[in-house]
Amino acid sequence: MQKKKNKLLHSLKHLSWGNRINDGWTEESPRPRDWEKMYRARWQHDKVVRSTHGVNCTGSCSWKIHVKDGIITWETQQTDYPSTGDNFPDYEPRGCPRGASFSWYTYSPTRVKYPYVRGQLYELWKEELESAGNPVQAWENIVSDPGKREKYVKARGKGGFVRGSWKDVCDMIAASSIYTIKKYGPDRVVGFSPIPAMSMVSYAGGARFLSLIGGTILSFYDWYADLPPASPQVWGDQTDVPESGDWYNTKYFIIWGTNIPQTRTPDAHFMVESRYNGTKVVGVSPDYAEYDKFADIWLPAKAGTDGALAMAMTHVILKEFYVDQETPYFMEYAKQYTDLPFLIILDPKEGNYRTDRFLRASDIVSGEEHGEWKTVVWDETSGKMVIPNGTQGHRWDQGSKWNLDLTAADGSTINPKMSFLADSDEVAMVEFPYFAENTGGKVQRGVPAKRIKDVSGNELVISTVFDLMLAHTGVNRGLQGDYPTDYNDSNKPYTPAWQESITSVKKEHVIQVAREFADNAARTKGKSMIAMGGGTNHWFHSDQIYRAILNLVLLTGSQGVNGGGWAHYVGQEKVRPLEGFSQIAFANDWVKSPRFMNGTSFFYFVTEQFRYEYDQDEVQADWGGKYANMHPADFNALSARLGWLPSFPQLSQNSLDVLREARERNPDDQAVVQDIARQLADGSLDWAVENPNDPRNFPRVFFNWRSNLLGDSGKGHEYFVKHLIGGSDSVLSDFEQSWQPETINLAEKPPEGKVDLFVSIDFRMTSSGLFSDIILPAATWYEKHDISSTDLHPFVHPFNAAINPPWETKSDWDTFREITKVFSDMAKEHLPAQEDLVMSPLAHDTINEIAQPFGKVKDWRKGEVEPIPGKTMPNFNFVKRDYPNVYEMWTTIGPNIQSGYGTKGVKIPGERVYNDLLNRLGTCKREGIGKGQPDLYSDKQAINAILLMSGATNGRRAVEGWKSMEAKTGKTLRHISEGREEEDYTLDALTIQPRQAISTPVWSGLENDNRRYSPFTVNKEFNIPWHTLTGRQSFYLDHEVMLDYGEGLPLYRPPINKGPFMKGETEVENKEKSLTVRFLSPHQKWGIHTMFTDTDNMVQLFRGWQFIWLNEKDGASIGIKDNDWIEVYNRNGVVVARAVLTYRLPQGIAFMHHAQDRTMGVPGNTITKKRGGTHNSVTRIYPKATHMIGGYSQLSYGFNYYGPTGSQRDTMTVIRPLKEVDWLEN
Amino acid sequence: MRIKAQVAMVMHLDKCIGCHTCSVTCKNVWTNRPGMEYVWFNNVETRPGPGYPKEWENTDRYKGGWTLRNGRLHLRAGGPVAKLANIFYNPNMADLSDFYEPWTYDFEHLHKAPSKEHLPVARPKSTITGKYMDKPEWGPNWDDDLAGGSEVVPMDPNVRKLQEHIAMEYEKTFMMYLPRICEHCLNPSCVASCPTGALYKRDEDGIVLVDQEACRGWRFCQNGCPYHKVYYNWNTHKAEKCNFCYPRTEAGLPTICSETCVGRIRYIGVVLYDADRVKKAASVEDPKDLYEAQLSVFLDPQDPEVIERALEAGINRSWIDSAQQSPIYKMAMKWKIALPLHPEYRTLPMVWYVPPLSPIMNHLTNEHDLSADGYIPAVDQMRIPMEYLASILSADDTSVIRRVLLKMAAMRVHMRDKSVGGMDEMKKSKLLQEAGTTVEELEDMARLLAVSKYNERFVIPTGRREMDEDLHYKRGACSIEELAPPEGMVTYPFERGDTP
Repeated sequence: MQKKKNKLLHSLKHLSWGNRINDGWTEESPRPRDWEKMYRARWQHDKVVRSTHGVNCTGSCSWKIHVKDGIITWETQQTDYPSTGDNFPDYEPRGCPRGASFSWYTYSPTRVKYPYVRGQLYELWKEELESAGNPVQAWENIVSDPGKREKYVKARGKGGFVRGSWKDVCDMIAASSIYTIKKYGPDRVVGFSPIPAMSMVSYAGGARFLSLIGGTILSFYDWYADLPPASPQVWGDQTDVPESGDWYNTKYFIIWGTNIPQTRTPDAHFMVESRYNGTKVVGVSPDYAEYDKFADIWLPAKAGTDGALAMAMTHVILKEFYVDQETPYFMEYAKQYTDLPFLIILDPKEGNYRTDRFLRASDIVSGEEHGEWKTVVWDETSGKMVIPNGTQGHRWDQGSKWNLDLTAADGSTINPKMSFLADSDEVAMVEFPYFAENTGGKVQRGVPAKRIKDVSGNELVISTVFDLMLAHTGVNRGLQGDYPTDYNDSNKPYTPAWQESITSVKKEHVIQVAREFADNAARTKGKSMIAMGGGTNHWFHSDQIYRAILNLVLLTGSQGVNGGGWAHYVGQEKVRPLEGFSQIAFANDWVKSPRFMNGTSFFYFVTEQFRYEYDQDEVQADWGGKYANMHPADFNALSARLGWLPSFPQLSQNSLDVLREARERNPDDQAVVQDIARQLADGSLDWAVENPNDPRNFPRVFFNWRSNLLGDSGKGHEYFVKHLIGGSDSVLSDFEQSWQPETINLAEKPPEGKVDLFVSIDFRMTSSGLFSDIILPAATWYEKHDISSTDLHPFVHPFNAAINPPWETKSDWDTFREITKVFSDMAKEHLPAQEDLVMSPLAHDTINEIAQPFGKVKDWRKGEVEPIPGKTMPNFNFVKRDYPNVYEMWTTIGPNIQSGYGTKGVKIPGERVYNDLLNRLGTCKREGIGKGQPDLYSDKQAINAILLMSGATNGRRAVEGWKSMEAKTGKTLRHISEGREEEDYTLDALTIQPRQAISTPVWSGLENDNRRYSPFTVNKEFNIPWHTLTGRQSFYLDHEVMLDYGEGLPLYRPPINKGPFMKGETEVENKEKSLTVRFLSPHQKWGIHTMFTDTDNMVQLFRGWQFIWLNEKDGASIGIKDNDWIEVYNRNGVVVARAVLTYRLPQGIAFMHHAQDRTMGVPGNTITKKRGGTHNSVTRIYPKATHMIGGYSQLSYGFNYYGPTGSQRDTMTVIRPLKEVDWLEN
Repeated sequence: MRIKAQVAMVMHLDKCIGCHTCSVTCKNVWTNRPGMEYVWFNNVETRPGPGYPKEWENTDRYKGGWTLRNGRLHLRAGGPVAKLANIFYNPNMADLSDFYEPWTYDFEHLHKAPSKEHLPVARPKSTITGKYMDKPEWGPNWDDDLAGGSEVVPMDPNVRKLQEHIAMEYEKTFMMYLPRICEHCLNPSCVASCPTGALYKRDEDGIVLVDQEACRGWRFCQNGCPYHKVYYNWNTHKAEKCNFCYPRTEAGLPTICSETCVGRIRYIGVVLYDADRVKKAASVEDPKDLYEAQLSVFLDPQDPEVIERALEAGINRSWIDSAQQSPIYKMAMKWKIALPLHPEYRTLPMVWYVPPLSPIMNHLTNEHDLSADGYIPAVDQMRIPMEYLASILSADDTSVIRRVLLKMAAMRVHMRDKSVGGMDEMKKSKLLQEAGTTVEELEDMARLLAVSKYNERFVIPTGRREMDEDLHYKRGACSIEELAPPEGMVTYPFERGDTP
């Protein structure tokens, strides 16, 4: 029986002697221990809810959210993942310190609890609303009066928020959108929200609204420079990589510029543990990075020189495993799965040859369907040229030969010939470019070649990609020319000795690692893997760095093999349930053709960075230059008009008016198309991209949600502040001294403060919020329902509400539903239904990708071709905009689903899906055009719709997808997923336990039998072609612009070393010591981008914000000590931070980790006397022309798939001590 | 023989990715409140580096742990007389600057700043004084990843001791992570340091606790612990420390730091030891013998005699079963790859560490060195100086470290040979011999270290609550006993939980 405690007796028990043991040293005490219930009570909690974090970390971890006393108190990781098998490490636990800190936000002082509006604007709004009588007129009165507009635009970023009501802010948003659509066109309403995979439904809410009204949706993956352009170039695929569990399958793992422990925290253990299973690990990084701790050897390559290192390894592997001794596994792989045996035409030039395009079927036979798109090999057996199956031409010729079977038309087996060395007609002297700081140039190297006659009887000199690769990389086979003598020849590319002076990695280490990597692959049939990421990808020449590294996995037959191939991780791009997501997010169920715009180009123009362009990097070799010397803005304009890149806003004229007027003049669609094409050709319609300074082309309403564009991802932050926002900036460059484009119409002075209304939706206050006009209070990830997926594991994780949204917060889904409702209601009076002209680029994975044969640039403006929409210029699409019914459409699933849907060429029949949706989601009973449709009112319905419609989460859809691939490929594929046909994931099911994704043709990996996902295993095991010109993995890219850049074959290009200022610009006066260094912004340890950085845990666990890492000798050279204040600046802006000194970094570089927002602990700078900037204050956008080409097979545009990347590592900055700290807060 | 059971932990440093998830999840549950801002029951240190608090290993300064004088154990900080003399001022105690002054940011200002000239900013503010600070000067992990470089690294007492072995140069950089919690020692000096007797080691599982009702805040435990793992709550004026998450382990769950460890470096299990051997083991003369002496305290849970005596001592069958499956017993006692942290403190710590491997030095270029044992480099060429590891884990005995590293390397060589082949058989058998191991042992190791399943990492029996009083009553009333104490009422048919 429990007795009431006698406190006195209780305390006296301490004095009583216990039993002494251990030679009298220890006492066994009988003391009471009732107090222990204190800590037990702390641990006790009410419930545990499964949720995750919607942040672009690629983690997508499942968490237990603990609720105690009705309060969210802490989170710990779920450990209930389905097992990976008996002898394999499991996924538990997944999570990192950042995620574990999230619960802090719920009740923190940075929480946005109510709608906020910029005070000056709210005041104007209330006044005008009263006088104008209707909200659209009120908005017009404000923004059309320069004085009124300036009043609030100039106040941006300077405090002064007031609380608004949801009703008022929704009215302002709707009125500004409607006014903008009427006045300028719907594409001036713009939304930026990144990475749907991190919270698909929250993304979809806004994207669905923008898709329905015709707004512009900006891409992010390319803009973030997380897209590796080499992936579409080599594979015709955005990014497809192994899940982290597959790291355990590798036997040789090179970690190359991706900080696995720090940025792949929940996955790192697979790498660590694989070592105990006998895997060797090599680390390549300029600093002694966290992953080097796990390496057996560290290759300290200088920042940005990875391409040189990889080319030298390529040299070693080609020499030792292809030439000195042929490796049967590698040769077989190369013949079937790469373009190495394909034939290339050599183009005579000034006594030498240069490599030109692939030889095509149309060159050697006539009458072959799409013969311009069928590439050719030499069959060793028959001694003839043959057209193997599986090329781009086969994909679109309506036949069933789009496969990688090496079967000739007569049924015989093709044995593609790799080299003409033994039976060449001549040794052609071929010229190759090479690039290196100061020492670039050309080399002439002998290549065995054949002479053939083409279909018109002309003589052609041809070679194989393989022979060209050997010559290009300098592997000699007794041929004449500028070949290096051996590995120690340091003068000729690409030997181990040659790279040593560039990378500083010892040549012996290069040889050893290359040899082991290949030997391991030969022994294991491809279990050699390379992990890569931001460190190798965030460069202007990322594509070349990556292609050089990918040489290693392709040449060793490691791609498409579990435990082998590339493993690229930057950005959480993988939306596993892609088919369903695309329908819901982009409202394809109601209307087609959303306005997808590539973010890099958009921001390049909108923030006027194109007017502050550096002069072109000296071409380090005397090579091409026709396109390589064009101003990026001029090239971008060319790209837009030839239908390569999208371009929104599209025309200076309102797209609604253009179409209405053309309709009035013309009887039918065809005539309308021709009319508009003619107007474009004769210049009566203006391309917005050529008139970015025209106020008609400014983005007027901007939605920023799930994003911190201004404090984080905006490269050239100060240009954003100045030109987009109109706040006070620290731009130090001078556009008058900068390189200006030739074909772009410019205002005398770059315009500032372009946007009329900047809206952010967030649950915390960031720089984006501080610069916004309206901030809407968002529910956190523990307060709503959503789903998330990633590359790194095969599960789709749900978000669930541990508590309902507190204060006046709402989920993003509910927020956009409310905005849509107010918009629709207002449109009934102000914006009738009408028709819209959407000009979309020639898209990858559609018939448009064979629009422009041979990759030759033909400009209709110069009369080189006719202006034909969908062929030589963008597609024109006519889209009905039913503005008064946008809400009804937004909240229901539209009828288009019934006619089927799909993505990446995979087609899913729609009738059954539609009926299943009616059952699962229920039928809409609201009056209007949505009545009777599947109901999409709530986030839970959206989740279940996405899951039901996608192969990865619904077995029936997976089987249907595979079936749709059978006709074209002539292969039986449905069996791949038939065993899982009954699996049907719902939100509730995923909440009970994570489930492994189902194999679907939307992705290239296989996941049956509890197998770890590895990309391109479908291609390799079922002979399904890659989405490339040859259908194989590409070493050679023959587009005219690629060749002009000298980038037909993978090679090394040094990083850009421009700046810190341009000639003629006023430089900052600098009396004291200063230092010029390369500025690098790798991902950080104490946040995911700026997320989590404000939490007490992340603040305390390092040094608070902001800080920059430097080598301590560099620090000493300018007289600073650890933790001293510094200023970092160049022509783009100024950063203020504290220095972290160390010897772990080499001299000459600075790490300012991405991303540290300027909201915490940043004083003023002494140069402009403004607040110090963010890590992106000293960066800017450098678009690369080769990413803008299109209409050509895998080099065709896809949203977040191909396009210029916003690289940021090619930045030089000055660092100096900051002597006085001024908080600018008095 | 007096058998007792102890829950113990192994941290496999070679697996540690230095992510600090353990610190955060622990802090959120246990030390996320006023008075405890600066307290991290669990912290992770980059080494070489001074640690948290700064230089905690500097026993000259803090005088923690035990020392041997004339063959007898004494608290280094002095006995009761010295304590009485210093009771109002303890010169050896770490102060806030040795830990750090915690801070946050003035976030509300971002929302509430009036319309003004500049972009608002949230300035750092001390959470102790509430005052603005220009910049923080130190933190619990200020030197993460060698931040501070040669300004900070020499504060590491091990570095100072081994100057000639430690190069603070880019090319020779090495680092490792050292996560730390309370050691829950077999011979805890914190317990002995407490003038009030508020600290105690639980009999049933060996967890060391500070009784929050008994603590009077004298704080001798704080520096009496050589690991500096007892903290002072300035709000309650009492000491608090890692409680090994007993509310979880009693339920058979791993500690929070362990379950949330994404590097999966932590293992928890039960070991049986002879409490009557503790004093002797802690009193061996040569510090280098302390490691082996500590091992001699533990009992083989498969030994029938041990089992019989354990049952007699009231240790139930499931605890014995757990001890037999214990990953700790395997790693620390059987395979001897996990080592005690600073055995020279003579506290017989019960959190064990497997020392880390590291990349070979970059000056090596000849082919033989680069491919020492097939693909796996030789342990003698690794970056982390063995002397450094020995200074932390084996009282400077490098032969102990070398043997562990050899075993780890041998495991990798063997597992590679098994899955890929191509290793030199002669070299391999020589390596196995030198490492003193067998193929069977290496495969067992690989299973626990690499495959590392949850149920094999954590083998924790539920708490023996059947020993408590009034379980029948508690079932209905626990946590609300204060609401309705059944004074004088005879509502329940049984007096005690174990009496029919």
